[in-house]
Amino acid sequence: MSEIDPISLKPAIEKYIPLGRSGLLPALHAAQKIYGWLSESVASEVAKNLNVPLADVHGVIEFYSLFYNKPVGKKIIRVCTDQACALKGGDGLLEHLCHHYDVKPRQTTEDLSLTIEPSPCLGLCELAPAVWTMDNERSTIGDGAQEEDRPSSSVYGPIRELTKNCGDGTTSLKKYGEYTALQKALRMKPEDVVAEIKASGLVGRGGAAFPTGIKWEGAAKAVADQKYIICNADESEPGTFKDRILLLDDPHSAIEGMCIAAYAIGANKGYIYIRGEYPYIVPVLETALNEARVAGYLGELFDIEIRVGAGAYICGEETALFESIEGKRGFPRVKPPFPTTNGLFDKPTVINNVETLCNVPLIISKGSLEYRKIGTEKSPGSKLFCVSGDVTQPGLYEAPFGVTLRELLDMAGGVSNFLRPERSRRTRLQSVLFGGAAGAFATPEHLDVKMTFEDLRAVGLPLGSGVVMVFDETRDMRDVLKRLGKFFAHESCGKCYPCQMGTQRQMEILNRVAKSETLPEDFIRLQDVGWTMTDASLCGLGQTAASAVLSAMKIWPELFMESNGLPLEKKDERGKKATGTKVKAKPKKTSKASRDAEAKPKPAVKNIAKNKTNARRK
Amino acid sequence: MITLTIDGKELTIEDGKTLLDAARENGIDIPTICFHEATTANALCRICVVEVEGQRALQPACIVKAATSMKVQTRSEKVIRARRTILEMLASTLDLSESLEIQNMMHDYGASSSRFPDAERRESDVKDDNPMYVRDYSKCLLCWRCVQVCADDAQYTFAINFTGRGFETQIGTFFDKAIPETSCVLCGQCVGVCPTGALKPKREFLLEQGMSPNEISVLNTGRKRRK
Ligand SMILES: Cc1cc2nc3c(=O)[nH]c(=O)nc-3n(C[C@H](O)[C@H](O)[C@H](O)COP(=O)(O)O)c2cc1C
Ligand code: SF4
Ligand code: SF4
Ligand code: FES
Ligand code: FES
Repeated sequence: MSEIDPISLKPAIEKYIPLGRSGLLPALHAAQKIYGWLSESVASEVAKNLNVPLADVHGVIEFYSLFYNKPVGKKIIRVCTDQACALKGGDGLLEHLCHHYDVKPRQTTEDLSLTIEPSPCLGLCELAPAVWTMDNERSTIGDGAQEEDRPSSSVYGPIRELTKNCGDGTTSLKKYGEYTALQKALRMKPEDVVAEIKASGLVGRGGAAFPTGIKWEGAAKAVADQKYIICNADESEPGTFKDRILLLDDPHSAIEGMCIAAYAIGANKGYIYIRGEYPYIVPVLETALNEARVAGYLGELFDIEIRVGAGAYICGEETALFESIEGKRGFPRVKPPFPTTNGLFDKPTVINNVETLCNVPLIISKGSLEYRKIGTEKSPGSKLFCVSGDVTQPGLYEAPFGVTLRELLDMAGGVSNFLRPERSRRTRLQSVLFGGAAGAFATPEHLDVKMTFEDLRAVGLPLGSGVVMVFDETRDMRDVLKRLGKFFAHESCGKCYPCQMGTQRQMEILNRVAKSETLPEDFIRLQDVGWTMTDASLCGLGQTAASAVLSAMKIWPELFMESNGLPLEKKDERGKKATGTKVKAKPKKTSKASRDAEAKPKPAVKNIAKNKTNARRK
Repeated sequence: MITLTIDGKELTIEDGKTLLDAARENGIDIPTICFHEATTANALCRICVVEVEGQRALQPACIVKAATSMKVQTRSEKVIRARRTILEMLASTLDLSESLEIQNMMHDYGASSSRFPDAERRESDVKDDNPMYVRDYSKCLLCWRCVQVCADDAQYTFAINFTGRGFETQIGTFFDKAIPETSCVLCGQCVGVCPTGALKPKREFLLEQGMSPNEISVLNTGRKRRK
């Protein structure tokens, strides 16, 4: 890699210097854009300019998967290998691309032109198998044969309230029209705006299902010189892609929602925190924000800044997100205190999901009474469902709360058989992963459950972020579970012990399950790890990291028993041999050992892309 | 004053105290690992979790404030399972040979050190790169105390921070530099708060390696230890 000249770095990071530590992520992004990766000298320059301790800057680079402290290719192809994509041949595509370019996964070509990496969910699940390519600064979506600058939006469903401006490219302000809901809100007293949101019964769509009005009220009542409103667009829950479509096609809805929230709680500054894997949304948002500034909706009283994440699912957790904006590793904070009193920069903060905020202009425009005409008493309004996997027509479905799973699957053309499409009509549903990786599995017996917060809760299914990932009867659920295990082990922040070690142990056991190499007592071991994470973890990640696994253990206990892969009749034959005679496999290399091992031999293709995060997970 | 119930006993305690304080003042044992009077409590080891009536998740006693009419169980089935499993995962991850307190806890909770077969361990080479202390992160249980005293809990030196993420988190310096090349001032505060022998005075390390005190004094290993 060429010598680093700080001359070109300085102008690129200059505007972040006044932000101090809070400018760290933007500055690192800017630096990485110039050099492709973050070398020691670049990192020290950034540290010096922003006045952040060196060790802290290094700690931050190490935390985020999209920051590299070893050279990587100018072009990086990331292939999603999470659940929805795996169903559509994600692994095969990764293999094919590696073969085609003659590199191994996570390796960089000697001339530093290309790196290919497997990736966690890219938020493109309905387009599976998903591939995201960064070539210098150009971001594209597509499998190499077909490349697009932005992903297409497939939007369906019986009602189009939230999605009325979606499916047809970005909606400009001209097309969106004036912010009439904001204008109406400004004629109301702030407390009346809060009251209207409360009356609407709006519940957060980011996964935690917290009543939005109550959250706003808390922040409105807090006394402080500065308050913040944050739009959570980190969307990294495997299977979720709704916020991508909302922001890409209808950025003004979310922005108007933020303006109304800001007025209601008295915030003077807003942030949109968007995941690093969605770079193509950033210019769309910038344009929309500028349009809103020109129109006078944003300005001195209230303005919005975009912050881009860098590859960390945990940064969708609200307090980890604050830490990330503050320029730190995305470690969740202990609660209480809660964000409404001690949020970003320790100030009262309202953080809402994109979809939640998009509901706000609707509610204010129509009034809560009218809004409540859709949906059910306890789950008013419409909901976006991210339908992926084995259905004929994956995509984003808007439907009123109360729609059943059966109705939703019918809308999506029914269960399909990916490998043998001609058999689709005879292919039956095996299960549905509800709510994402942090969710739970539903089975055909749940087909007629109404999809509302209350009905789903009654049968132990979380609505989560609206993920409906469908598996047909031919799918091996052990493979799905293995990927879940890997996802959480990769994404645990490492702060608290139950999740830091539990996600690792869970992954190890699920790997054994997938290979039919379970050890005696793995069932109980997995259960103990799962319950310990659920009961004792510090944040929502660890508390839900075993949720889907524990639900699978209830539905398919046989998968977790010894010699699980064998057909029933063979089980007896092997039975005696299998019990308790598992030969201990060689202990796995530790991460440190594998790092050392890499340093030694120099293969034809340099192994340099294998740094930090990438070296971690096989 | 606050009145609450712990393990069926009604107790009275001053306002602002934690559940841990309340338990300890009344002779009820709650184990702790990461908690330390001198550092900001992060409630990250979760070994001190207790069951509080009305709360779905277990609560870390070291930071949760006692409140009137709280009903707390320090030894429920859930609590025991969580503590035992955390201890078993620790034993399968790192070298606890010098963490006597944790070994005792394992005994108390019937935790087996071989509960997780075929488990990846967090191993690393001993880093002996400065005259004052030796770092053996195979023994590190990530209590964060060293990072905190090096930063705004005491020294404001910011020589160490974290590397990696999740299971692969470790304590490290800027681009893995040797301690003398960092901002470290060899104050030794980190060594003082380390509970596991992961950070150890060089002198002690050399004695363990079989060197005599005389041989060591010639080496001039950092500051003299106060008696
Ligand atoms: C590990 C983890 C990841 C999360 N990711 C997201 C996310 O990507 N987007 C989001 O809106 N909420 C996410 N959340 C939920 C947020 O913490 C928070 O509850 C939400 O943003 C609040 O907005 P709402 O009330 O509008 O749902 C996540 C939570 C956890 C524990
Ligand atoms: S639960 Fe997991 S992600 Fe959350 S603080 Fe603990 S280690 Fe970090
Ligand atoms: S080195 Fe010691 S003080 Fe530092 S985190 Fe590890 S165990 Fe704690
Ligand atoms: S993009 Fe592949 S699972 Fe979401
Ligand atoms: S002692 Fe309470 S969480 Fe560690």
